[in-house]
Amino acid sequence: MDQMKQFRQEVRDWLETHCPESMRSPYRSEADVCWGGRNFEFQSEDQRLWLQHMASRGWTAPAWPREYGGGGLGRVEVKILKEELARIHARPPLLSFGISMLGPALLKFGSEELKQQHLPPIIRGEIRWAQGYSEPNAGSDLASLAARCEDRGDHYCLNGSKVWTSYGDKGDWMFCLVRTDFEARKHEGISFVMFDMSTPGVSTRPILLISGKSPFTETFFEDVRVEKDQVIGAVNQGWTVAKYLLTHEREMIAESGLSSAGTKPVGKTAAQLLGTENGILHNSMLRCDIARFEMDERCLELTIERARDEVKAGVSLGAVSSLFKYYGTELNKRRNELLMAIGGNDALVWEGGESHDGQLPRGWLRSKGNSIEGGTSEIQLNIVAKRILGLPG
Amino acid sequence: MALVLNEEQLMLRDSARDFLAESAPVSHLRALRDSGSSDAFSRELWAGMVEMGWTAILVPEEYGGLDYGFTGMGIVLEECGRTLTPSPLLGTAMTGVAALRFAGSAGQCASLLPAVAAGDHILALACDEGNPHDPGRVGTRAEESASGYLLTGTKTAVLDGHIADTFIVSARNGDGVSLFMVPADAPGVQLDRYPTLDINAAANLNFDRVELHNNSLLGSSGKGASLLDRVLDVARIGSSAEMLGIAQESFQRTLEYLKERKQFGQPIGSFQALQHRAAHLFGEIELCKSLVLKALQALDTDIEDCAELASLAKAKLSETAHLATTEAIQMHGGIGMTDDFDIGFFLKRYRILETAFGDRYFHLDRYARLRGY
Repeated sequence: MDQMKQFRQEVRDWLETHCPESMRSPYRSEADVCWGGRNFEFQSEDQRLWLQHMASRGWTAPAWPREYGGGGLGRVEVKILKEELARIHARPPLLSFGISMLGPALLKFGSEELKQQHLPPIIRGEIRWAQGYSEPNAGSDLASLAARCEDRGDHYCLNGSKVWTSYGDKGDWMFCLVRTDFEARKHEGISFVMFDMSTPGVSTRPILLISGKSPFTETFFEDVRVEKDQVIGAVNQGWTVAKYLLTHEREMIAESGLSSAGTKPVGKTAAQLLGTENGILHNSMLRCDIARFEMDERCLELTIERARDEVKAGVSLGAVSSLFKYYGTELNKRRNELLMAIGGNDALVWEGGESHDGQLPRGWLRSKGNSIEGGTSEIQLNIVAKRILGLPG
Repeated sequence: MALVLNEEQLMLRDSARDFLAESAPVSHLRALRDSGSSDAFSRELWAGMVEMGWTAILVPEEYGGLDYGFTGMGIVLEECGRTLTPSPLLGTAMTGVAALRFAGSAGQCASLLPAVAAGDHILALACDEGNPHDPGRVGTRAEESASGYLLTGTKTAVLDGHIADTFIVSARNGDGVSLFMVPADAPGVQLDRYPTLDINAAANLNFDRVELHNNSLLGSSGKGASLLDRVLDVARIGSSAEMLGIAQESFQRTLEYLKERKQFGQPIGSFQALQHRAAHLFGEIELCKSLVLKALQALDTDIEDCAELASLAKAKLSETAHLATTEAIQMHGGIGMTDDFDIGFFLKRYRILETAFGDRYFHLDRYARLRGY
């Protein structure tokens, strides 16, 4: 116990010295997010320094082993670090699909060489990763993917396309599901490969969303050379890796909408913007919806906490990540609906100073995708019904 | 505190489950109804619960109890919810004992707690005066008299009121609202028993110049409103735990039915329309498990947002137990509507527990208020 107290003090002191003042406030807009990578332009020297300091301690990936540059922290220590970062409202030094998605899969299924090669640059924020999963004809039915990766002796040759690649135009490397056996049943001919996106034959095209932004691209492959040593897990066994990675993606999506992730409570926002009488919002119908939303939000937070504690106590989680993905995204949609209702006419402004360039309506529109990306709500319910409840068919 | 049960608590849960499966499964409730028992609970079963130590879980050791905490009490209530076992555990061993622990004088504790632990004394909280639940509305008066107080007024919908030995009553005196311990056999106490839809019973009470001793005041004079809030929050969390048991058991039974009932040549559980509803309900119940455990732990550690958690738990568990018990009937189809089949009992008991101590609308309103909107 004392050891943990000491650790907390050490973290607190270190953050005091190393977290720049300007990094101790929530993001003002998406431009404040640090994604790292070869071509990333830091918004400020503070942003660069903050990443550098945190990476030097491995605290961009606090739970990963030290040998790859991670923080090597235990669960309790990770929690303390999180709490101390939250205490000073520190921004995440780095958002990274390398950390939230690829890393866990690499650590579990990757060869020693691949871990040595890829984990340290991920931790330092030097390589930005893109995810090549969905295809035009492989959405919910992901395993029917068709990107064709042929064996050419000393290398593979990849042809086909991916869609819904998050920030595909900004990625340095891609982890990608490809078909390597064209005769096998659909789950059994898939491999999990990685390649540099600057390889000749890779191109991207942004997809304009209803929010007016383009956070996704289509990604095309024309005779792209993939090295043979860049396969995670065995050839044709990629589906196992893919599913494991998806559980991490779901958890990331589930938690991104929670107010514990740094957004302001909806009820408080309503009270501030609409005013209260005797401490009560004027519109009782809206108030009821807000209360029901905040109730469910707290329940989800507690359940994520319980799931973590259960893992610590040795109970396996498995398909529960589907449940969190389902609830987290449905909740985030509800949050955005409520914020639109609270905002009224002000929430309809698309561009201009006070609207922060339509942050609210664009966020609302963008949130509609939450229950589609990373597996739709319906797919998550299928998974729960079959894997947890054991329902037939 | 980690949101998991420890070894000891898991053992308590398992022993409670075994005891209830053996001594008081749902058929016990049906038999009780068919026998027309006016107590609407079995004294023999109560003696068994006493032997299990359940009436002593919250009682401090100095008064012959186990001092085992609210989480333990909640675990037992959850199991009782699974089997729909009727007993005064919630009102006596949880709510009543909590009231004494929070505010009882040494004399009150010494005279009541050992008897409660031994199963010889039943307590009932009497705070409602008509509809809807509003503990702030107190018309009952306690006039000061030479030896103490004269109590006059009415209380409605007192759970376990028909079998209680002592009522905990909110009343107005010179200092504001105060709580009083009122013996059921005191002259001037009139009891009007009525049957409730869950095969149980409750009572309306009338007090006509009931003479109370000075020592029947519970806690400080005029401080009854906040004390009542705390006591009610215990009852709310306790009834949430029972609703969690109800929700889980009716879901479990429904899930088994989905796998076994065949139509169109296949189990009805293979239809996606039912699978999604079952998966959603499973998720709601998982949320409820975390919430109830957190609320029970909050009572044990006396953290600040107990009131918030109590209202959250009561609102959410009301909603989820309602969903679970109504979906149970719908998914069982016609057989779910029959009295022969047990699944309808779950819906009935849930309805009592949602209504007691404030329903979901009361608690959503209270929660919003506590959150500053």
